[in-house]
Amino acid sequence: MSGMHDFTLASARDALKARKISAVELTNAHLDAIERLDGRLNSFITRTPDQARAAAKAADEVLAKGEGGALTGIPLGIKDLFCTNGVRTTAASKILGNFVPPYESTVTSNLLRDGAVFLGKLNLDEFAMGSANLTSAFGPVENPWKRNGSDAKLVPGGSSGGSAAAVAAGLVLGATGTDTGGSIRQPAAFTGIAGIKPTYGRCSRFGTIAFASSLDQAGPMARNLQDCAILLESMAGFDERDSTSVDTPVPNYEAALTRGVKGLRVGIPKEYHAPGMPAEIEALWQQGINWLKAAGAEIVDISLPHTKYGLPTYYIAALAEASSNLARYDGVRFGERVNGSSLDALYEATRAAGFGEEVKRRILIGTHVLSSGYYDAYYLRAQKVRTLIQRDFLNAYENVDVILTPTAPSGAFAQDEKPTDPVQMYLNDVFTVPASMAGVPALSVPAGLDARGVPLGLQLIGKFFDEETLIAAGHVIEQAASFTHRPAIHAGVSA
Amino acid sequence: MSLDAKTVTRIARLARIGLEPGEVDALGKEMGSIIDWVEQLNEVDVTDVPPMIGTGLAKPRLREDRVTDGNRRDDVLSNAPDREGPFYTVPKVVE
Amino acid sequence: MSYRITGNTGEWEIVVGLEVHAQVISNAKLFSGASASYGGEPNTHVSLIDAGFPGMLPVLNRECVAQAVRTGLGLNAQINLFSRFDRKNYFYADLPTGYQISQFAHPIVGEGKVLVDLADGTTREIGVTRLHLEQDAGKSVHDQDPTRSFIDLNRAGVALMEIVSEPDIRSPEEAGAYLRKLRQILRYIGTCDGNMEEGSMRADVNVSVRKPGEEGYRTRCEIKNVNSIRYVMQSIEVEAQRQIEIWEAGGEVDQETRLFDHVRSETRSLRSKEDAHDYRYFPDPDLLPLVIEQSWVDELKAALPELPEAKRERLEQDYGVSRYEASVLTAEQAVADFYETVAKGADARLATNWMLGDFFAALNRTGRSIEDSPVSAEGLRELLALISDSTINGKIAKEVLEDMVETGESASAIVERKGLRQVTDTGAIENSIREILAANADKVAEYKSGKDKLFGFFVGQTMKAMKGKGNPALVNETLKKLLSE
Repeated sequence: MSGMHDFTLASARDALKARKISAVELTNAHLDAIERLDGRLNSFITRTPDQARAAAKAADEVLAKGEGGALTGIPLGIKDLFCTNGVRTTAASKILGNFVPPYESTVTSNLLRDGAVFLGKLNLDEFAMGSANLTSAFGPVENPWKRNGSDAKLVPGGSSGGSAAAVAAGLVLGATGTDTGGSIRQPAAFTGIAGIKPTYGRCSRFGTIAFASSLDQAGPMARNLQDCAILLESMAGFDERDSTSVDTPVPNYEAALTRGVKGLRVGIPKEYHAPGMPAEIEALWQQGINWLKAAGAEIVDISLPHTKYGLPTYYIAALAEASSNLARYDGVRFGERVNGSSLDALYEATRAAGFGEEVKRRILIGTHVLSSGYYDAYYLRAQKVRTLIQRDFLNAYENVDVILTPTAPSGAFAQDEKPTDPVQMYLNDVFTVPASMAGVPALSVPAGLDARGVPLGLQLIGKFFDEETLIAAGHVIEQAASFTHRPAIHAGVSA
Repeated sequence: MSLDAKTVTRIARLARIGLEPGEVDALGKEMGSIIDWVEQLNEVDVTDVPPMIGTGLAKPRLREDRVTDGNRRDDVLSNAPDREGPFYTVPKVVE
Repeated sequence: MSYRITGNTGEWEIVVGLEVHAQVISNAKLFSGASASYGGEPNTHVSLIDAGFPGMLPVLNRECVAQAVRTGLGLNAQINLFSRFDRKNYFYADLPTGYQISQFAHPIVGEGKVLVDLADGTTREIGVTRLHLEQDAGKSVHDQDPTRSFIDLNRAGVALMEIVSEPDIRSPEEAGAYLRKLRQILRYIGTCDGNMEEGSMRADVNVSVRKPGEEGYRTRCEIKNVNSIRYVMQSIEVEAQRQIEIWEAGGEVDQETRLFDHVRSETRSLRSKEDAHDYRYFPDPDLLPLVIEQSWVDELKAALPELPEAKRERLEQDYGVSRYEASVLTAEQAVADFYETVAKGADARLATNWMLGDFFAALNRTGRSIEDSPVSAEGLRELLALISDSTINGKIAKEVLEDMVETGESASAIVERKGLRQVTDTGAIENSIREILAANADKVAEYKSGKDKLFGFFVGQTMKAMKGKGNPALVNETLKKLLSE
C-alpha cells in the first residue's frame, strides 16, 4: 500500500472523488503508518483509530452517492489544542491530562462538516508555549528529518511540532496548527512542509484552548500550499461565538494558487538581515528573491524599523494574556487536582504539579508584568510598541503587496542542543513574531535544504485578509524550489 | 538583574503556583534575565502612541438577549475532579 | 441640621460613599446565553462559558448594555459612547475563569447625580461617580459538608451594574434615602428589581470620619456586601463609632475591608480578603471595545418611562395632591399607575383619600402588593364613582370595599346584591325622621331648649333606622327643617 503515501491532500481528494481509492483504505494506510512510526516520532498524544475507521466508512457511503464535501474521506491530524467533542484534549499539559470536552471547536467542526476523517490529537508544546516541542507533558516529538550521516534526534519546531512531524512523515495528509508567534510557520520550516497563519480573526478561536488571545490564530499545515489552501477554506469563516472573528467572505483559496506574481511588489525588509544568521539562510533568501523576480515580481527594499522590538513586545503581551488565560486551570471544574488543606493550598499544589517548568515561568512573568507598579512600564508600553510594529507593516504595504523573509534564523536543531537560556530559545521566533503582533497573515514554504540536509523555509507576509496573494506567491517559490525531498522517517519508506 | 526571593514569592502567590524553597532563586535569576531583556523596549519613543487593543479588524457585535444555553449540568460537571451531587466542591472556605 | 456624633473630644462628621451592585434585568447572562433568572437547580443556569471551560469565549449581551445606558440616563449621567471591558484577576472558588470581566478603566456611564428627600423636608444632591457593567460570581454553599464548600455557578456571569457614589453622604439617613431613591429609579426604568433579600441589590459601604470643617478625608474602611437598607444605616453608625474611638484613643484607622455582623451590631475585619490584593487589570483580549452610537442612546432615552421626580411633579399639578401625597403615590411605579387609573376622570381628591386611606389599609391587612391587589384600579374607580353619583354614601362604600376584597365581586354587584343603594327619596327620609322625632319627643324638647348637641343623636338614629343607606346630606337637611317646625 506504499502508493497510498504518495498522495497529497489534493490528489487524494481527486482519487476519492473518482473512486480510484476508498476512504477506508486511505485511512487504514495512514493508521498503519502511525502504528509503525509514531512510537518513535511521538507526534500523537491521542489516537482515535476506531472513530477514524467509522468516519472513513461513512465517507465512502457519501462518496458512493457522488456526494461529499471538500474533505470527505481525507485523514487529518488535529493539534491537541482544539477541543474535540468526547475526545480527550490535553494541550500537552498534565493539568488537562484527562480532560474530555463535551464540545467541538469551531475549526474542527468546520473540517468535520466538510467530511474530514480525524486520526487523533497531535502533540505540541505545553499550552503551545515553546519552539521545539520539548515542553510537552507527553514527551518530545522527534523531527522525521535527519542530518546527513547523523542519527541525532532533531526537534520539529514548535509549538505545532506534532502537526509538523505527522504531516512531514506522511502520517496524515494535513493537520491543524495554531500560531501565536510562529507556532505554525517555524515547525513547518523545520520539517519541510507548508503552513499558513491566517489574518487574526479569519479562523474562529471558539473551542481552541487559549495561549494569548490577541495573537492566537488557527491555520493549516500540509505538504504543499494547494493542500493548505483547501484546508484553510474549510477552517476559516465567521463565527458569532468569537467576538474577534471577522465577518468577511471566505474566498476560494485553491483558485488563487496559479495567479502568479507578475507585477507583484515584493518587499525585502532590511531589518531581517539578523546579525549572526547563517550564510546559507541569507543565500536561500536571495534565492527566493531571484525566483520571484524571475516570475515577474518587482523587488522593493523596505524597512520595518521596529522589528528588533517584536520579540520582547511579544513576550510581554503574550505572557500577560497567558497568565490570565491559564488561571482557569485550578483543579475545581476540570483537569487534574492535587488536594490541599485550604482552597489556596489546593490551587497552589494543583498548579505546581499540573504545569510544566516553561508554562510556570511564563505565567509568573506574565503575572509580574501586569502587577501593580509594573503595568505601565511593561504591559502598556508593550502595547504601544505593538501599535508601532503594526504601523511598520501598514506603512510598508503602501508600497508592496507581500514581504519575503526567512522563516527562522536556523534549521532544526538537535533535541540536546536546546539552549539553556530561555531568551536564546525565544530567538527562534524572531522572524515570525512581528506578523503575529500586527495580525497580518503569513506563511512558510519549504525552499531548500541546508548543507546538512535539513529543510529550510521562506516566509511570506501579506496584507490583512489577502491570504490569496500569499498563496499565489508561495506557490511560485514552491514550484521554483521543486522541493520533493522526503525525510528519513516517512510512511512511504519501509523501515 | 535577578528578581529577589520576596518578589518571586509574591508573584507565585498571586499566580497560585506553589514553589519549593529551592526553586525560588533559580526562577528569580531566569525571570530577571527575561525582564532585563524586555527592558530594551525603554529605548522606543512611544510618545502619543496609543496602545494596541486588538487588531481593529472585527466589528463590534452584540448578542441578542435570548436564553440559548444552560440546562446542561451533566456537561458542566462532566470533568469535575470532585463532584458532589449537583455541585463542584472545594476545601471548606471560611469567611 | 447636620448629623453629628459626639465623642470624648467633641463632635465628628461622617463621610460615606456607596458602591451599589445592582443585578441587571435580562433574560440571558452578560456574556453567555444561559438564563439569568434567579433560582433554578444548582448549576443548571450555567453554560460552558460561565464555567470557564477551555476555549470558551464571551460575547456581550445587547440588552445588558441597553439597561446600563437606561440606568445612566435615569441618573442624569454622562453616557460614554466608548467603553471597554477589563479583566480583574483573582482566584476564588466561585470565580470560574480566575478573572472577573468588568469595566475598570473605561466605564459605560460617567458622572451623574441623585436627588434625595430627607425627613426634614430638605433635598440633598448625591453625586454618582460612575456606573459600569461587570459579571456576578457564583455561590459557595458552606453548610452542607464538614470539610468542603459546594459551588453553584447559576449566578456566575449574570450582569451587574456597579453604581459608585461620590463620598457625599453625611448621615445614615442620607445613605438610606439614597439607596431608596436609587432603587426607585432602577425599578421605574425596569433595569433592576431592587430585591435586596434575593441579593439583586447589595452595597459596599465606604465609611470615614472627620472633625466638622476638616479639609480632606481620613482613612476609610469598606464594609462589604451589606444586603438591606437598614443594615447599611446601622453599619455606618457602628463603623463610625468604632473609628471615632480609635482616633480619640490616639490610634490610626487601617484601610481595610470589613464585614457587618447585624446580630452583634458590629463590623469586623476581613483580613483574609486583604491578602496581597493585586488585581492586574488589563483589557480583555477576547472582547472588542464597546462602541455605541449616540442615535441608539437617543432612542433608549425617548423610550424611557417617566421618572419618579417628573411623575411626582405632574401628579401635584394634574391631580392637586400635596407633595407628600405625591411622593407616596410615586414611590412605586405600579402604585402611581394604579392611582392614575383610579383618578383619571374621577374625583381626584376622593381618589387620593381612598388610595392613601382605605385601599392601602386593605392591602396591608391582606398582605398583598399593588401588583396582586385583590381590587383592580378599575374596580376601585367604579366604587368611587358610586360615591360621586350618590348611589352609596362613604360609610357604605367602606363596607363595599371590604366585600370587594373578600369576594372579588364588583362594587355595583355588591351594592345590588345587598341592596345598599342610598335612599335619596326625600319622602322616605322625612317619614323615617318623623318616626324618630315622634318616638323621642323629650329629646326634641331638650334640643329646642338649646341642647344643639342632640342634632347628632337624631342623625344617628335616622341612619340607623335607614340601615345606613340614607343620603347624609339629605338627612341633615330634612332634620334641620323638621326640627325647626
